[in-house]
Amino acid sequence: MPRPVPEADQLDAPYWEGTRGGELRVQRCRGCRGFQWGPEWICHRCLAFDLEWVAVAPRGRIYSWERAWHPVHPALRDHGPYVVVLVELPEAGHVRMIGNLIGDPMQEVTIGASVAAVFEPHDDATPAFTLVQWKG
Amino acid sequence: MSIRGRVAIVGVGETAYYKHGRARESEFALALRAILSACEDAGIDPRQVDGFASYSNDRNDPSRLAAALGLPELRFSNMQWGGGGGGGSAAVGNAAAAVAAGYADCVVVFRALAQGQFQRFGSAPPGGTVSGEAALTFPYGLISPAQRFAMRVMRFMHEHGVRPEAQRPIALASYHHAQSNPRAVMHGRPLSAEAYDASRFIVEPFRLYDCCMENDGAAALVLVSAERARDLRRPAAYLLGVAQGSEYRNAARGHNAPTYASASFTTVAPHLWEMAGLGAKDVDVVQSYENFTGGVLMSLVEHGFFAPEEANEFLTFDNLIAPRGRLPLNTSGGNLAECYMHGLELQIEAVRQLRGQSTSQVEDARVGLVISGPMVTPVSSMLLGTEDTL
Repeated sequence: MPRPVPEADQLDAPYWEGTRGGELRVQRCRGCRGFQWGPEWICHRCLAFDLEWVAVAPRGRIYSWERAWHPVHPALRDHGPYVVVLVELPEAGHVRMIGNLIGDPMQEVTIGASVAAVFEPHDDATPAFTLVQWKG
Repeated sequence: MSIRGRVAIVGVGETAYYKHGRARESEFALALRAILSACEDAGIDPRQVDGFASYSNDRNDPSRLAAALGLPELRFSNMQWGGGGGGGSAAVGNAAAAVAAGYADCVVVFRALAQGQFQRFGSAPPGGTVSGEAALTFPYGLISPAQRFAMRVMRFMHEHGVRPEAQRPIALASYHHAQSNPRAVMHGRPLSAEAYDASRFIVEPFRLYDCCMENDGAAALVLVSAERARDLRRPAAYLLGVAQGSEYRNAARGHNAPTYASASFTTVAPHLWEMAGLGAKDVDVVQSYENFTGGVLMSLVEHGFFAPEEANEFLTFDNLIAPRGRLPLNTSGGNLAECYMHGLELQIEAVRQLRGQSTSQVEDARVGLVISGPMVTPVSSMLLGTEDTL
């Protein structure tokens, strides 16, 4: 049983296209220059429908984390525990992104620790996609 | 102008509560039985019901209910937006608003779940593609409600120095209260601190017993105006206040809520207290929706019962149990040990406390608080009082 496959929609397609090329993109407002994530059709600060997609530094800090044990999805049976992190990007307006922390699932995880993005391609999936994982 | 003192809950009812998938009747039949039970409790002919309110996309359409029950007319039907249990108190508030505004005279709030007939909440639908917000989380194994909310609780614990063990007394209190409640699914199955500590992690910091059950059943409450409640000549619970909503950009996608380490009540709770003209010190008994115990902890903080830095000390078993704890909590067993009736069993228990009919009765309970749905949006909470609190 494969993991759930993310499918781009009209709103977030530039993000998923970026990950395929090893680029981490978020929205930025052409009006007020503020970063925005997750994607939305309008800038929540100045209410302009004028958002562009910009590449940002693929690094951040762990804002929160969890170690998941119970396999809630068939793809996770016999998988064992894994760590999910919420990473904030100080160089992109402190927006936050979800990903997995690469390495030993039992490693000690510290909120505030620096992490770097790792692009993880899934070329055999339909549609092919690339996830953004994080490494300490 | 507010709803305070204008509307009363005059009847409560529920079906037998089952482990998920064990109900022998359809979800719709369960809903009908709960509604009839609540009407009987109120001493009201079911044909006097003229409105329905529910939440969390309940599948049992008010028009079908009205047809099945042969109601002379349907005057109000209302669904509170939002998933999870966040709408439990809001649904009561919406029903009360309809009564106060004159849209309807007798409104039933109900919730029915038959998870054998339909999909469970705690397991993901297998395979396939995901899009929108789910595409940002599901592929990383952040799928279930427990996984979604553990992230918030972990951040809250980090910011305030709360230890994961602070969650334990919340679970133990619910199981303790369930032992005197024959309706409770976990009646006769007590939980010890040792068994809690030995239970497996679902997702850190939640152990098995930090997580709600999933059940089959239905529950209902009957609301009428305060004037009519007095004519019924039986003890009623009067609505003192109700509030719903969430903070600035709570639903920002992909876990980007600015006030992230929150149960979503930081703006809601002050509205509740203001409407009721009461504060945390005035509350005799609390029913607080437990999707996960960490959410209860945060809910109690945000309603002002203790500062986050006091959580480790305040949350003891003795403080949380009826009849004489400082803050008797979830006195029927709640979602953890009575029944996961999506929180509506908590509304019912709040009424029973004020009528003196709880199986874990708090002495002289006059003001009861119900907190619905931590960490989702919108959330809601409500205050009920006996007639002498008006």
